[in-house]
Amino acid sequence: MELVKPAIGLIFWMCVTFSILLFILTKFAWKPILAMIKEREQTIENSLNEANKARAEMSQLVAKNEELLNQAKEERNKILHEAKEAAEKVKTDIVARAQKEAEEKIQMSFREIEIQKKAAIAEIKNSVGLMALEIAEKVIRKELKGNSEQVEFVNKLAKESNLN
Amino acid sequence: MNNTPKSSFKHILTAAFIAVLASFSVSAFAEETAEHHETKTETKFDAGKMIIEHISDAHDWHILGEGEHAVSLPLPVILYSNRGFDCFLSNKFEHGHAVYNGYKLEEQHVVAVNETGEVDEEATASIIDISITKNVATLLFSVTCLLWIFLSVANAYKKNPNKAPSGLQSFMEPLIIFIRDEVAKPSIGKKYEKFVPYLLTVFFLILFNNLLGLIPIMPGGANLSGNIAFTMVLAVITFVITTINGTKHYWHHVFAMPGVPKAVLIILTPIEILGVFLKPFVLMIRLFANMTAGHIIALSFFAMIFIFGEMSAGAGLGVSVVSVAFTVFMGLLELLVAFLQAYVFTLLSAMYFGSALEEGHH
Repeated sequence: MELVKPAIGLIFWMCVTFSILLFILTKFAWKPILAMIKEREQTIENSLNEANKARAEMSQLVAKNEELLNQAKEERNKILHEAKEAAEKVKTDIVARAQKEAEEKIQMSFREIEIQKKAAIAEIKNSVGLMALEIAEKVIRKELKGNSEQVEFVNKLAKESNLN
Repeated sequence: MNNTPKSSFKHILTAAFIAVLASFSVSAFAEETAEHHETKTETKFDAGKMIIEHISDAHDWHILGEGEHAVSLPLPVILYSNRGFDCFLSNKFEHGHAVYNGYKLEEQHVVAVNETGEVDEEATASIIDISITKNVATLLFSVTCLLWIFLSVANAYKKNPNKAPSGLQSFMEPLIIFIRDEVAKPSIGKKYEKFVPYLLTVFFLILFNNLLGLIPIMPGGANLSGNIAFTMVLAVITFVITTINGTKHYWHHVFAMPGVPKAVLIILTPIEILGVFLKPFVLMIRLFANMTAGHIIALSFFAMIFIFGEMSAGAGLGVSVVSVAFTVFMGLLELLVAFLQAYVFTLLSAMYFGSALEEGHH
């Protein structure tokens, strides 16, 4: 029973000292400590929020950069494409011109050949005429000697004359 | 020799200390045996008496030794009775052998005696004993320690605000934040901030005294947090705070539980009113019983050594090995209980405040 009988002295001192302890600790320890902890927590939270904001901004910037880069790439591709096309065009133009020129030259050569050929033929015709006259002259002269011999002779002459 | 002067000095000091201890025990032994031979009466070891003595309050702070040869710190005795006010040191009583100023110590209680040495019943009944007993001294000691600890912690916060805590501050901060965030906030609700200082004070006072109670020698050794007066005062303060802060909703629930038929209310209302007082009462008993039980168990293990020692020295030695092992185990368990009971008292106080503050939300 001794144990469960609260002693008046201890109750008295407990009331006094606990009141003093509670008062002093509340005023000079708990309030400043809790205020400081709260302040620090708020500072940390604010810092975290700011960091998050900065991170979001960063990612936005990165996205923007990416977009710019893509745009630049596209532009470059376009320019390259256009340049290629232009070069191709120039190339085909040149080739076409060259072909045309070559054709023209060939045509011209053909024409020249034709003219030369005509001239040669005309010359041949003249020569043949002259030759025929000559042959005729010779034949007529030979006629006088024998018919069969003449025919043979004409053939021989004809063989000799080269018509090319 | 490779002994430095410093270490040899240490050896001498140790040897001297052991010698002093040995001479103490030898002389104590010698006197004791002489006494036994004289009176021829064997004082049997009384485990129950020893345990109760250890967990009860006392007028002096026992340091070491037994019985007549005990070394203890005398504490001030402060008395008020129908004879007036009296204040003197407890060593005037000479451990209950001497009468001083008409007062005598009987079983650690101060009683008034008349000129013939008889107990004066009327004067004894009128005594209000507000002595600085062992428990009061422990209380003053722990309050001083707590003030020193937390004022220096508060100072550390002021010195480097918004910086990471260091030293003692970093040890205390998790506990403070734990009480605030895990005890006060969820149990009380929105208005928790007003109650945090009280909860913190209660938590640290109980925790400190629980831990102090685990230390067997001075400045520990007292069983303050296992004393019913200590737990009673704390429980009453919790009760007063709960009652003062009770909302209309809270009292409505106590006196007339809404949505309950009138016939049932006749039974329910007395139960609810009883509950209002029962809650702090349970709070008082829980802490008292837990801490006292821990002390009793540890002391019982030690008492076993002496009980078996009286049978034979060998049995005492044998049991002492087991007893020490069990006491170490109990000590570790008590360490957990010290934290647990401080937490439970604080948590339940916070929950009572929370229930008193609850607003109607039907």
